[in-house]
Amino acid sequence: MLLTVVIDIVKSLILVIFLLTAFAYLTYGERKVLARFQFRPGPNRVGPFGLLQPLADGIKMALKEEIIPAEADRYVYLLAPLISLVVALLAFGAIPWGPPAHLFGRSIPLQIFNPNVGVLYIFAISSLGVYGLVLGGWSSQNKYSLLGGLRSSAQVISYELAMGLSVAGVLILAGSASLTHIIRAQDHYWFVFPELIGFLIYVITAIAETNRAPFDLPEAEQELVAGYHTEYTGMKFAMFAMAEYINMITVSGLAATLFLGGWHGPWLPPFLWFLIKVGIFLFIFMWLRATLPRLRYDRLMAFGWKVLLPIAVVNTMATAAFVALSR
Amino acid sequence: MLERTVALTKGMGTTLKYFFTHPNETVSYPEERRQLPPRARWKHRLRRYDDNLERCIGCELCAAVCPADAITVVPAQNDPEHPRSPGERYAKVWDVDLIRCIFCGMCEEACPTDAVVLGPDFELSAYTRQAMIYHKEDLLEPER
Repeated sequence: MLLTVVIDIVKSLILVIFLLTAFAYLTYGERKVLARFQFRPGPNRVGPFGLLQPLADGIKMALKEEIIPAEADRYVYLLAPLISLVVALLAFGAIPWGPPAHLFGRSIPLQIFNPNVGVLYIFAISSLGVYGLVLGGWSSQNKYSLLGGLRSSAQVISYELAMGLSVAGVLILAGSASLTHIIRAQDHYWFVFPELIGFLIYVITAIAETNRAPFDLPEAEQELVAGYHTEYTGMKFAMFAMAEYINMITVSGLAATLFLGGWHGPWLPPFLWFLIKVGIFLFIFMWLRATLPRLRYDRLMAFGWKVLLPIAVVNTMATAAFVALSR
Repeated sequence: MLERTVALTKGMGTTLKYFFTHPNETVSYPEERRQLPPRARWKHRLRRYDDNLERCIGCELCAAVCPADAITVVPAQNDPEHPRSPGERYAKVWDVDLIRCIFCGMCEEACPTDAVVLGPDFELSAYTRQAMIYHKEDLLEPER
């Protein structure tokens, strides 16, 4: 019993440290990739190839003055970035990043815990993340922050339905909502192939879910200064950034798990396969950001409700019919 | 709908193509330098004749024409035994405030003896305003 607890704590620690390091180097990677898209070298002054840039940024962030606006609702204002970050870290717990490891005669599953409703758990937790943005925007007492927060809530409502339905097809094919079962069900073929439409809808909604370009309306700098985090400085600002990037990793990990067979793959060790698949999604995130301009607010809503939702419904029904008939 | 999807795919393809093929445009300045155009107009130079006499005769036309009032000239009489310039007078003081200067080249055009020209020295920065005022001694060509 005690050993199980210790193992869980160690696993959680490893995951948190891994995610925070991944966040730091994801900012570096994004700056480098985006720079390449714009024919620039990107950060290259701190350390070889600029590799110590995240460290320098971290030190800078930690040393910045913490400003709390006089009119702000203090407690909510301080709580909002915490909600964003904690929720982002929690969501990753259910994603398996490799097959069970065998250590000292024990079989250790490589995920923090395996709820039998893993997909639902991740969706439930990650939609809580929007509370961080809404509360942060509301408590700052700044009209741009408030607009950013409102936009993020409206955006989440428009997209979460389509996102849930896009994944429903996978659940029907696998016959389970547990992520370990879903990966096991993809032993022979990946679910991208039968569920291509669901996959595309999932990718689009995942970008909207993480507030990334071209759906980065809550922080549209041209209209809203910086949206919900306009009034945040120092580590509180950094926590919002961490939440955003860790959410990117989470939705990429979920996409790899649900559609690309998780850690399945030939020759290379499973964990490396998982990393490669997540990395491809992260690159797509940056590629989209380098290519597409931001959508107009009303078009984003119309796209979510009038295009994605009907397609997702039809796709789910078609999958259900196919599975029912083939039995 | 289909048309838009095609357009989107095309855009994505274009950026990806450039991602892999287009070279970096950045010139990493202190290490690499871009070739300046041959007629680049930066810091002033005061020229001499071949016999080492200063071309500047202290006429103050450059100071008069300067739209930014950046140039100060104080002329003085030449010593007939050891003339500094071929004319009656020479410039005792020839100062240009490079904070005010807009590098328009009007002084160059106004100068009757082609004494002042704008050269290619563009690395102009200093810690004080005083240091940005360049004097005749800094600008004059060395003797040949």
